[in-house]
Amino acid sequence: MPSNVFDSANLPDLLPLYYRRLFPFSLYYRWLTYGGLQKNYFQNREFSFTLKDDIYVRYQSFSTQTELEKEMQKINPYKIDIGAVYSHRPIQHNTVKSGTFQALEKELVFDIDMTDYDDVRSCCSAADICCKCWTLMTIAIRILDRALREDFGFQHLLWVYSGRRGVHCWVCDEAARKLSVAARSAVAEYLSLVKGGDETVKKVVLTDPIHPFIRESLAVVEKYFTQYAIHDQDILGQKESVEKVLALVPEDILLKELQQDFQNERKPENRWTQIRNQAIKKQGAAKKGQHFEKEIMLQYCYPRLDVNVSKGVNHLLKSPFSVHPKTGRISVPIDLEELDSFDPFAVPTISLICEELDRPRRGEEDEKLDDTKENEKDAAERRKIRDYKRTSLAKYVKHFDQFLAQMAQSWKGDLLKKSDLQKQF
Amino acid sequence: MLFSGRRRKVNLNAQSELYEHAVQFYVQPPLENISLNEFETFAVERLKLLKTIETLGVSYVKLSEQYKKKLESESKNLNFPYRSETDDRKIPPGGLSECEKRRKDHISHFILRLAYCQTVHNPYREELRRWFIQQEVDLFRYRFSELHSKQKLEFLHRNNLQYDAISAEEKSELQRELIDSTYGVSGITVEQQDFYKVPFQDALDLVRTRKVYLRAGYAYIPHQDIVTIVLNDFRTRLSKALALTARSLPAVHSDERLQPLLSHLSHAYVGQDYSVQKNVGKFSLEQVDSLSGKSFPLCMRQLHQSLRENHHLRHGGRMQYGLFLKGIGLSLEQALQFWRSEFVKGKVDADKFDKAYAYSVRHMFGREGKRTDYTPYSCMKVILSNAPGQGDHHGCPFRHSDPELLKQKLQVYKVPPSGISQILELVKGMHYQLACQKYFELTHNVDDANFSLSHPNQYFIESQKILGGGKDLKREADVPQRSQEAAGGLAEMSEDLDSFFQDG
Ligand code: SF4
Ligand SMILES: [Zn+2]
Repeated sequence: MPSNVFDSANLPDLLPLYYRRLFPFSLYYRWLTYGGLQKNYFQNREFSFTLKDDIYVRYQSFSTQTELEKEMQKINPYKIDIGAVYSHRPIQHNTVKSGTFQALEKELVFDIDMTDYDDVRSCCSAADICCKCWTLMTIAIRILDRALREDFGFQHLLWVYSGRRGVHCWVCDEAARKLSVAARSAVAEYLSLVKGGDETVKKVVLTDPIHPFIRESLAVVEKYFTQYAIHDQDILGQKESVEKVLALVPEDILLKELQQDFQNERKPENRWTQIRNQAIKKQGAAKKGQHFEKEIMLQYCYPRLDVNVSKGVNHLLKSPFSVHPKTGRISVPIDLEELDSFDPFAVPTISLICEELDRPRRGEEDEKLDDTKENEKDAAERRKIRDYKRTSLAKYVKHFDQFLAQMAQSWKGDLLKKSDLQKQF
Repeated sequence: MLFSGRRRKVNLNAQSELYEHAVQFYVQPPLENISLNEFETFAVERLKLLKTIETLGVSYVKLSEQYKKKLESESKNLNFPYRSETDDRKIPPGGLSECEKRRKDHISHFILRLAYCQTVHNPYREELRRWFIQQEVDLFRYRFSELHSKQKLEFLHRNNLQYDAISAEEKSELQRELIDSTYGVSGITVEQQDFYKVPFQDALDLVRTRKVYLRAGYAYIPHQDIVTIVLNDFRTRLSKALALTARSLPAVHSDERLQPLLSHLSHAYVGQDYSVQKNVGKFSLEQVDSLSGKSFPLCMRQLHQSLRENHHLRHGGRMQYGLFLKGIGLSLEQALQFWRSEFVKGKVDADKFDKAYAYSVRHMFGREGKRTDYTPYSCMKVILSNAPGQGDHHGCPFRHSDPELLKQKLQVYKVPPSGISQILELVKGMHYQLACQKYFELTHNVDDANFSLSHPNQYFIESQKILGGGKDLKREADVPQRSQEAAGGLAEMSEDLDSFFQDG
């Protein structure tokens, strides 16, 4: 039975195998060319690689899929990052006149990292995660996915597990790739509700009326809150955590009342009901701070975005299907149809899939190779497909493929429209 | 000076027709000749006005009563139009008629376009250009907001600004959403108002602050907020116009009378450039701790403290603090040693530091990458851009700390209670820099700080002056002045640098 246990000392042996036989180059290339609608879109894209011992090479670029493949198989990067599409080939960035080398386009990206929730999760801290706090990521994805689709009208959202403690989102619509820095930061700010650093106690403040976006987001949090916050994190159980919650209650009689209520009530669910009831009472009186129960829910559960990652066009983000050098897990796309059952610990490590590859084949035989070059390449491609299909990577690659197919559908629509227009005139 | 190729005498009649309205969209460049003298006064005075707008924007909420009052009086002082109606009967002796003011407004705007349009491949000029656009947009916003709604409509018609209103059915279908997302709109006014549907990219200010309903990529803007779209239009047109002007500039720039004037104008902008390193090596690293207690503004003291405690700072903090230290005179070698010795006490070993962080320290000193010399952040930049998030310690404590925590901190720093309440009062009124200045006065035992605070490095220099350590700290006024806060404040100037600063 192949195991998912990973030892980073094995990376130098595993990576060559991974890049030679498993990494889905052709889909990857198909993704980044975006149907070839724009010239040099792939060629002017920045890749950056982290090699052994944290050696970091920026501004790599490739003219063809084969070139990319060859290079990656040669240097076997520990980590791959994707940057912007530039005005020139990034590899030549030193030779073009300074100032003319500019980042033009990039997917709109989001980065959500569990370490940013350290003040509101008690199960783990820093780089650690467990299935309890993973719910935070599920909530984050649900909320952002809805807003990006319904509010902003984007359709092609690729959600990716970062390989360790977070998730990334790549919004691939053409309109998203063309957004200005100002527009990116406006979108990111629209989506940010939790404000302030360690110097701020109350990080969510709502004002009346509640914006439809916040209402929708709250509806998502509602679904998870009792199970996640009240039971799993037990935020109303221990004295210390109770105090933290109560620090968010507007300072007046309310706080005293609640403190008294809690004296006689130990059960966390009931305590939460008491908070809710107080809030309802308060809402009748309509005053400042009337939404405090909602503010508590959001402070504990609302997605915390790293806004800087989303703002910049030239910011780098770890690529899908890159390996996480510490955990060995592959950055796999997440299928939202199965989001609630997504388990980060079940994501295959590079050790696992390489081992799976070594298992004896089930009665397959190598197909005869044709002599023509074209067919040779085809055959190699086919062999690689068969390769990953025998591993636990298969379902993630398949999901990626579906994602690309959907995107291709929408280009077809565009192309048709274009040609129709041409016919009309 | 001639703005267009055609030479034309403009008679008074034509002029009053040209300047019939107080608010202009600046579509037509002026066609008349003006003297070099007038050229310069107009330009300098508009620059003053724009500078005022920038300052007011930090101290007050834009378009608040006080903001408007101050802007009105500054417009009056500088002889720019400030009311929507013409009232020529009360021209003070020596003043300009309303029509003359509008002419001045028109011409001065176009002169500054000339001064600010050149940016070719120069990030610093690019920053100035953005500064100019931002202030012009704010000026326009103020003036437009002063119009009555009828005048606003007229303005739209006159300038051919047409936007698509949504149908009554769509409006009633979305009624609840529109009410809940639009500030200060109730059910009744939803029915009465027109709503315009525009791509969300055209209403970024409303999107950013969530003051508008968004659906499928469109923002639904109530008539009362139409200014947002108009402003967006204004901004886009101005930015395009600048690009066009830049292309036609060689002609202007071969004019040797104008050339120096124009380039002086775009630079002659109040504000010290703290990136030019003077005093290099004046302080030793051992002194940093005691300096941080005595002469650092709160923002830097806070960063210093958390660096010492956590042996790490996230990138926002490293940028803000690192550039400040460079500004007070740390040499590159000192800076490397400073960061390395602190980081190795934490989770980063020397090897990792040299690989992951040293580059960015050198970058800060302009020794890597594009070799841009990065400028220490001004208060404006600290206060307005890149607010601290989880785990961050950068920002301005007067702006970004909870008042309760700020109070505690001030108590720890032994500020007397009466002083604390004065400071908190200023914070409440959003006068963060004034609050900081008060803190300066209280901690340096002076009644009046005698400077107007706009930069953390300025705070440091002034403090050293008082404490006697700064007798030889140079701060000549004749070094080439640069606008370290030029709007840029908010700009993405440091973005390229940021990407080197990612936390693994
Ligand atoms: S006002 Fe300026 S100097 Fe003072 S703390 Fe804020 S940013 Fe720092
Ligand atoms: Zn956990």
